[in-house]
Amino acid sequence: MPLFRAPALAGCRVRSGAIAAALLAGFFLMPLGAASSPDMPIGHGDGEGAHRDHAPAHGGTNQSTHTKKAFPVLSFDYKAVENPFLILLWILLASLMKLGFHLIPRLSSIVPESCLLIVVGLLLGMLLKLIGQNPLLLSSRLFFFYLLPPIILDAGYFLPIRPFSENLGTILMFAVVGTLWNSFFIGGVLYGVCQIEGTNLSRVTLLPCLLFGAIISAVDPVAVLAVFEEIHINELLHILVFGESLLNDAVTVVLYHLFEEYAHVGQVTFIDVFLGIVCFLVVSLGGILVGAIYGLLAAFTSRFTSHIRVIEPLFVFVYSYMAYLSAEVFHLSGIMALIACGVVMRPYMEANISHKSHTTIKYFLKMLSSVSETLIFIFLGVSTVAGNHKWNWTFVTVTVIVCMVARVLGVIFLTYVINKFRIVKLTTKDQFIIAYGGLRGAIAFSLGYLLNTDHFPMRDMFLIAIITVIFFTVFVQGMTIRPLVDLLAVKKKQETKRSINEEIHTQFLDHLLTGIEDVCGHYGHHHWKDKLNRFNKKYVKKCLIAGDRAKEPQLIAFYHKMEMKQAIELVESGGGVKLPSAMPSTVSMQNIQPKKPPERVLPQISKGREEEIRKILRTNLQRTRQRLQSYNRHTLIADPYEDGFTELIMKRKKVIELEKKLKQMNNYLTVPAPPPDSPTITRARLSSDPQPWSAKPSADNVPAIKVDLASPQSPESGSPGREARKPVLQVTRETEEEEGLVMRPSSQEKPRKGPEDPESEKEQQRLLRCLSDPGPAASEEDEPFLP
Amino acid sequence: MGSTNSTLSKIPNAGDLMQETGFSPAHIVRLYDRYKALDKDKKGHLCPQDFGAIKELAMNPIKQVCQEVLDFPSFVRILAHFRPVDKNRPKDPNSPEHINSRSNKLKFIFQLYDQDKDGKISRQELLQVLRTMLEKQVTEEQLESIADRTIQEADLDRDDAISFDEFRKSMEKVNIEHKMSIRFLR
Repeated sequence: MPLFRAPALAGCRVRSGAIAAALLAGFFLMPLGAASSPDMPIGHGDGEGAHRDHAPAHGGTNQSTHTKKAFPVLSFDYKAVENPFLILLWILLASLMKLGFHLIPRLSSIVPESCLLIVVGLLLGMLLKLIGQNPLLLSSRLFFFYLLPPIILDAGYFLPIRPFSENLGTILMFAVVGTLWNSFFIGGVLYGVCQIEGTNLSRVTLLPCLLFGAIISAVDPVAVLAVFEEIHINELLHILVFGESLLNDAVTVVLYHLFEEYAHVGQVTFIDVFLGIVCFLVVSLGGILVGAIYGLLAAFTSRFTSHIRVIEPLFVFVYSYMAYLSAEVFHLSGIMALIACGVVMRPYMEANISHKSHTTIKYFLKMLSSVSETLIFIFLGVSTVAGNHKWNWTFVTVTVIVCMVARVLGVIFLTYVINKFRIVKLTTKDQFIIAYGGLRGAIAFSLGYLLNTDHFPMRDMFLIAIITVIFFTVFVQGMTIRPLVDLLAVKKKQETKRSINEEIHTQFLDHLLTGIEDVCGHYGHHHWKDKLNRFNKKYVKKCLIAGDRAKEPQLIAFYHKMEMKQAIELVESGGGVKLPSAMPSTVSMQNIQPKKPPERVLPQISKGREEEIRKILRTNLQRTRQRLQSYNRHTLIADPYEDGFTELIMKRKKVIELEKKLKQMNNYLTVPAPPPDSPTITRARLSSDPQPWSAKPSADNVPAIKVDLASPQSPESGSPGREARKPVLQVTRETEEEEGLVMRPSSQEKPRKGPEDPESEKEQQRLLRCLSDPGPAASEEDEPFLP
Repeated sequence: MGSTNSTLSKIPNAGDLMQETGFSPAHIVRLYDRYKALDKDKKGHLCPQDFGAIKELAMNPIKQVCQEVLDFPSFVRILAHFRPVDKNRPKDPNSPEHINSRSNKLKFIFQLYDQDKDGKISRQELLQVLRTMLEKQVTEEQLESIADRTIQEADLDRDDAISFDEFRKSMEKVNIEHKMSIRFLR
């Protein structure tokens, strides 16, 4: 995004928002207005005390004629805190609004949040205007430097790599060619319209029109995210529209600069166009390069953070933001830098940092981006009221219509071309959603706002047109897209996770396809992916991932994590029934009779086990880890275990009794009727999957991947009782039973003292790494270690 | 095109092959060239050593396909499974399904798993496949658990093995036509 120019900062005065404070406490107005200069004479003794006392209160010694002032017990000094106070006030207001929306029952399902926020902004703006103060405008500096980066970083860090890379060609086509088409079409048509006599617009020449077209044609990631996240559309469409909105930044930057530079000159020659193309390549690739460099730096730094875990999240944010700013220094595409940084650093960071840091990063990113988005929309509303209005019916209506038409035509044409190259074609329904989902947002507004009024006297008209388009897309399209999606029966996001079968077979297929490509001698998609993975594994990971974990598969850390989670779920479900895998078919699977007759109930292992198996497969087949599908900030699950601790202990006790009972049963272990999912269990299914899971009976059994870390060798058969007890996590051999599964920091030392054998020591250390967070106080460890 | 035609005439049964698999003449020729290139000793057929010579295949389960001797038609037939599904080709209701139909693709994969060709994937076979895929990084018991879980999930008739129908059922959500297609072979 283009760097702002100093004159445009005029709207940045935060002081004007001081009147917002007036809403809360009206009587502060007057002292603010009356704030006088610092060097007033002492002893002025006013009742309201708005004056700042610079000299110490007892300093009346210089002037014997003045009386000694009493020591001020209470003074009022708003000026000192004004700026931060106002900023915080706005943020607080935005968050309270958000809370308010969700309290109103039906509102959030009908109207997307963005619309509501804009309306709030409008109301606020009008209120401020009534009071007579000039309300805060969404200054471009504020927007591009503070509000936009968190959202983009959030998007980039959690970008689902697999669908993104599979559809990269399509996305690029839409982003580059589509945006170009849009800008030229809109610019051209508007120019034509402006030339028509009678519209009074003839002073708008071609280049400003094209510039306007460039500004308005870019699909906005913020708006798209805000609306699409709520409609849960299938992954393909989501990634297409969203990817397009992210990648069209480079095009927009180049076009904007190009037209802006030459608008006052009046013409653009071929050389300029050619340079523009070169510039585009430089801007996009340069941005990506800058981002990748910072990403690698961040990954490298995280390699050494094993001793100071608390500052790990900081590196993510700082390096990413620096990538953004560095790209902006050279007028490269900051958005692409940010995305590249997030994408590059994520796999390595996740291998290096502790689970707590991981959670922190996730939540912090979501929080920041959520707040930013809210603020953006509110400010958009406020700025609408604030600006000067040069409403021109022709211009505005033509703009709105032409935008829609251009988008539809562009999508249709591009899809026709793209479908020749795709294996999975885009259907008409898909095309409709893509076209309809092209929302414009605050980026367009900020870019318009940046225009220099000297060169572009029609800036205000442009702004009003931009605002109208934004409102139209966000309100009309945003509100109607949900019922349309339902009406057209567009495929929604798959709610259920893949089964293990699917996972295995898909991975197998990938290997197979790579092999076939090799046999054919054809270097296709799979071949390069495979090569990249091997390169990654061989060289890059060694540098960037700390210590021994570079050599061992990342799986082990996951594995332990999954085991722990699963062990907890075991406790939850009250079932200690496990058929250890070492007992092959004596206690055969036929003994497990599901209790639900009508439909065949898969004897369930817990989700944790499934997850773990999936992870094993995925990581070992050198795939990109898709650890988080927390793509959607609206569905982050609330942190469990806030209050589940005592329940855990009690259930644990129950399990022990149950196991004792089982010991007496001989060889036939029947599965107790699966209890309904307690809320704790549901909450236990956290981290990876933000989707609410349909309750499945959590009876568990069978594949008992041993959790017992103390003796990694699988026990050759022990008594069923011992086996049944095994799965409980035993970090130390001591009195774990009573303590339940809570890992307190003190327990971290115990393993070190008496390792049973070197292997268990290593296991412990790996385990510790999962938990390691030499956090502030032992008392803080009041919740189990789950990530 | 002239060279294509002349090479085409050199390939035995080219016409039948094209009919059966749906490859175009250009493809058949290309595959023939590749076939000849792989056949280092000019034996006229491919044996496992030739596949071993392709070093990228070292860790690849596809190797087991190439256990037996392959002549050119079999080579082509195998590759035909990976053609993208061609929706436009008219389906003659009397003729057998296209080789690259979904069901045939699935059957192909199934046969890769089912090494003893008894129509079922037993636990051992599954373990074997997992072992090749996971490259010793996972312990034996983990493998066994995974195998157990897999069979459990898919096994509808409780015979501790996965038949083709069960296999097909478990894969119904996966987009095989997309995943198992190489655009190059269109």
